[in-house]
This record gives sequence, structure tokens and C-alpha cells, in this order.
Amino acid sequence: MITWLSVIAASLIAFAFKFAGYTAPPKWLEHPRIFRVSNMLPAALLASLVVLEGFSSGTHLVLDARAAGLLVAIGALLLRAPFIVVVIVAAVTAAVLRQFLGWR
Amino acid sequence: MGIATGLYGVSFGALSVANGLSVLQTCVLSLLLFSGGSQFALIGILGGGGTAGAAISAASLLAIRNAVYGLQLVPTMMPKGWRRFVVAQLTIDESTAVAVSQTTSPLRRLGFWVTGIAVYIGWNLTTLAGALAGNALGDPKHYGLDAAASAAFIALLWPRLKSREPIAIAIVGAVVTTILVPVIPQGLPVLVAAAAGAVVAWFWPKRWMRPSEESGL
Repeated sequence: MITWLSVIAASLIAFAFKFAGYTAPPKWLEHPRIFRVSNMLPAALLASLVVLEGFSSGTHLVLDARAAGLLVAIGALLLRAPFIVVVIVAAVTAAVLRQFLGWR
Repeated sequence: MGIATGLYGVSFGALSVANGLSVLQTCVLSLLLFSGGSQFALIGILGGGGTAGAAISAASLLAIRNAVYGLQLVPTMMPKGWRRFVVAQLTIDESTAVAVSQTTSPLRRLGFWVTGIAVYIGWNLTTLAGALAGNALGDPKHYGLDAAASAAFIALLWPRLKSREPIAIAIVGAVVTTILVPVIPQGLPVLVAAAAGAVVAWFWPKRWMRPSEESGL
């Protein structure tokens, strides 16, 4: 139920933002600082999510096979690998370390 | 563009199911939310045990940029009546990027529609495929799908790190999150990180924004 609520609410809000761009008075989005902040916000959010998904478990910081997967993913990005390759090599790295080396 | 988005959709579908959403919920997200970064954020926080409020907030903060895209596209698209709703829903990174890179208005409109519709169809079909595959696989940790989540986020972040400002803001976001995870309730660190990033962007000195920055990574 909570999941459905999140799915619907997030969808409605995202649509409201998309729609606002075409209907809102342009003044408040044309302000250069607001423009910059909304352009830069994804960098902070995505970096935060990298840490959360890579190094946290509940309210604990942990170092496990996911960190190794993330390192390999960065290597793949440096080699200009496409999105799906980056995701797959990270998953395979973690899976192999768990399966054969007993990592958590 | 289509193939890249398609593969991206498969990983979203599989990760969403791995994070505890049903196949139906996963598909509704792609149909209604239709914004990759927001969708990954929502399922990541819900799957990590964060509250609905935190998940909705993070997804919504990532969606703000779509309003900026709409603003840039108003002169080109000039949507009227019911078309406004369709144009708004298709306003995403890919359709905007293709539209603004064309030289004439008719080409821009064509670029927007072709890209928007192709990505919408591809994204939804591959989300379904990924969700069904993820459902059949079973324990996500066994296949390293939890590691795939952080890899997906860094792959989304990577193309944004083209100048000093986003790099600095990304570092601030990562450091703030690392410090706060053990201290405050689940789901909140990402919101504080976003706020910290917004403050840095707001006060970023103009003289640090030189065109020469664009060349370096």
C-alpha cells in the first residue's frame, strides 16, 4: 500500500514539474541561480545515492562486495563502456566475489 | 539512443523487482513517472528501507529539471489543448537533448516527437521485460543486483561530471551522505545531501565558471 502511494505520488509530482515548464510564468525559472541549482541538483542526489546503494545497509556503513562492484563500474566508465555494460560488470563482480570467495 | 534506453529499461525493471516492488508497480512507474533518474531513486530508497516520504521527495527533486526543459522547449513546441499533456509527459533528458540540438523549428519538433515516442515505447517494453526477468531470477544478492544499483547511479552521474561545479557538488553530496548515514534516520541523508548540493550551486562564484572548464574532466 505504501509502495503504491509512493509510486502514484511521485508520478503526479513529476508530471506537475514537467507540465509547469510549459505553463508556469517563465520568470521564476529564468532566474539564473534557480536555473543553475535545478541543473546541479542531480549531481548531489546521484552521488548520494551511489553512497547509499554502495556502502550502506540500513543506518550502518558497510564495506562488502558491492564496493568492489562499484570500483569495477568506475573502471568501465573510464573505458567509456555503455550503461548496461557498467551495470552488468558491477553485478557480475559482486556475484563472483560472493560465490567463490565468500564475501558478504 | 533507442538501444541504450532499452537496455537501461531492462536494468530498471530487474532492479525494481529486486527492491521489492511488484511487476505491476514497476510498469506503472515507467508508464506514469517516465523519468529514469527519479524512478531509480524511488525504488532505491524504498528498497533500502527508507520511508515513502523520503523516496517521493528524492524522486521529485530529480524531476525538477524537467520543468527547466519545458521552459526551454516552449518556443519550439508551443503545445495547445490536450497536446500539452502529451508533450509534458514526453519532456525528458533524451527528447530535450535531441530537440535543442536541431537547427530549425520543424526539425526540433520532429526530433522531440520521434525521440519522445520511441523512448516512451522502448522504456516501457524493456521495463516489463526486465521486471519479468528479475522476478524469475529470485534472490537478487546472488546475482549481484544490489551492486548493480550503485553502478547504475554512478553511470547516471558520470556524464554530468564535465566541469568543476558538478564535480564539487557530487563530492559534497557523497561526503554528506557518508557522514549522515549512521546518524540520522534512513532516507533522510539523500535529502540533506540534495540541500547541501543546492546551497553549493546557489553560492558557486561566477568567476569559477569559466568556459575553459568545459574541456577538462
